Amino acid sequence: MQYLEKTANRIREQIVGMLTEAGSGHSAGPLGMADIFTALYFHVLHHNPKNPNWVERDRLILSNGHICPVQYATLALAGYFPIEELTTLRKINSRLQGHPHRGSLPGVETTSGPLGSGLSQAIGVALAARLDGAKHRVYCLLSDGEHQEGNTWEAIMATAKYKLSNLTAIVDRNNIQIDGFTEDIMPLESLRKKYEAFGWHVLEIDGHNISRFVDATREAAAVYERPTVIIAHTIPGKGVSFMERDYRWHGKPPTKEEAKVALKELRTLGNRIQSEHE
Amino acid sequence: MLNPNLKLNPKILNEECELKPTRAGFGEGLVEAGRENKNVVALCADLTESTRNEDFAKEFSDRFFEMGVAEQNMVTVAAGLAIAGKIPFVSSYAAFSPGRNWEQIRTTIAYNDANVKIAGHHAGLYTGPDGATHQMLEDIALMRTMPNMKVIVPCDAEEARKATLTSSKIWGPIYLRFAREKTRVITSKETSFEVGKAELFWESNKKKPDLLICACGPLVYEAILAAQNLEKEKISVAVLNVHTIKPLDEKTILHFARLAGAVVTVEEHQIVGGLGSAVAELLTAKAPMPLERIGMKDEFGQSGKPTELFDFYGLNKEEIIKAGKKVIQRKK
Repeated sequence: MQYLEKTANRIREQIVGMLTEAGSGHSAGPLGMADIFTALYFHVLHHNPKNPNWVERDRLILSNGHICPVQYATLALAGYFPIEELTTLRKINSRLQGHPHRGSLPGVETTSGPLGSGLSQAIGVALAARLDGAKHRVYCLLSDGEHQEGNTWEAIMATAKYKLSNLTAIVDRNNIQIDGFTEDIMPLESLRKKYEAFGWHVLEIDGHNISRFVDATREAAAVYERPTVIIAHTIPGKGVSFMERDYRWHGKPPTKEEAKVALKELRTLGNRIQSEHE
Repeated sequence: MLNPNLKLNPKILNEECELKPTRAGFGEGLVEAGRENKNVVALCADLTESTRNEDFAKEFSDRFFEMGVAEQNMVTVAAGLAIAGKIPFVSSYAAFSPGRNWEQIRTTIAYNDANVKIAGHHAGLYTGPDGATHQMLEDIALMRTMPNMKVIVPCDAEEARKATLTSSKIWGPIYLRFAREKTRVITSKETSFEVGKAELFWESNKKKPDLLICACGPLVYEAILAAQNLEKEKISVAVLNVHTIKPLDEKTILHFARLAGAVVTVEEHQIVGGLGSAVAELLTAKAPMPLERIGMKDEFGQSGKPTELFDFYGLNKEEIIKAGKKVIQRKK
């Protein structure tokens, strides 16, 4: 478990570094999802970084493509491609597009960015698995804000219709979107009751508690005849105190100076230990 | 005269010519595709009967997915099925798909290079009494501008069958456009069909025709009638069935356009963005010459019988003849 927490911290450092280098992109969401990405790629998913197209791999569909820095950093640390490549994010001729593109980078299962279309694609992948009698699971990561998209609810309805118990949705409930707090912009609550009303099995967890998240994915895999959604309550910007819970960090990168402060904080675990980089 | 090499239906110009909607050809082609390849799946948005998905749904119930009135979800689920190795055909009315779900098609199918076939049904004025909301006249433009996307507009049910079956064997996103009403079966089983290849349906009676008509969809029949009438007035005409709008068969179109020196395009679509635009773009770049476009002139349709609408909006042989004479005048 300690190893996973350390890995999550390394991913956060990479996120800050690559966003600063890119000069644009989203900060809060990727930092907030670092623990869950770590849990998925270093514990939950059956996958093989040396063989990204392994037929029996679990599929992870990232619906809110704008948090791709956390996926890129995790994929690199997991061994899908060289870590040095992370600094090419958003630059010309890079495999690391500003929003993920299938075929550009190993480990990226689909193209996303425009919100609300990931769960639908996950349904397609899960239906195909069922037709083929395949055993792998499909995970779909969604943002809370994209539940304002009609397409998301069309998909929530369809997942329940087809009783896709091989599909687990994970919602990053961080309460922020570009223009402010979700409940001010277009209220989403009660997300739990809405999913339940649509026929889903709902779990709510602390999205920074890795063991709790792993347990939730196991429970989801054990539920039959119904899809499961894990509503993960997270702190946007987690790990960098001046970004935490501040919606203004949704869609911008840190400056070089801000990055220095952020990295120091991450490397010293909030000044609790001494950084070896000093 | 009708090109004898193509083995077109000999009865085209007779009164007792067989009538069949292009959507029926789609339904047949879909079943054949399903039999040939178990990875072919079909999705529909609450229009199973009218989009002729019924037979496929009956024969391959496990490979048919009723997605309800949710076109955005339907095409995006299809994208997911495609990236997992399936060959999905998605059906709805063209006004809703690709009318409503254009962005999902752009991102998750075209940019994703997902092997999805999009069947846009009830396109054009043949949707008649349903009115302008359902008469999709902008879909060719919507789909033609998308990288990776091919666009096919079959002229009759037989060509629709071939286009559907062929689409299942060609990798990549394809848009197929179908009409509601029964229309003349112009081609036969023996008529060749190749995606991206325009076919000379009407040969001019002179080595150099006075006029080239490029047409697509069921209006190809009106183009043939116009050619027949013009030849009675000593104007020789070549008619190309340009079933594939993208990739456009530039070579064939340029060859006959250069011989004729004047072109008329005919389509059941806005004159902006469709076949007329595609041909105009080609000619402007490679062989500037007079061009007239028959189609909807930047307006919406209305309720009415298809024949009434075609006359009202000038999508018939009389207007093609007029446009032909006008464009020949402009050569001078």
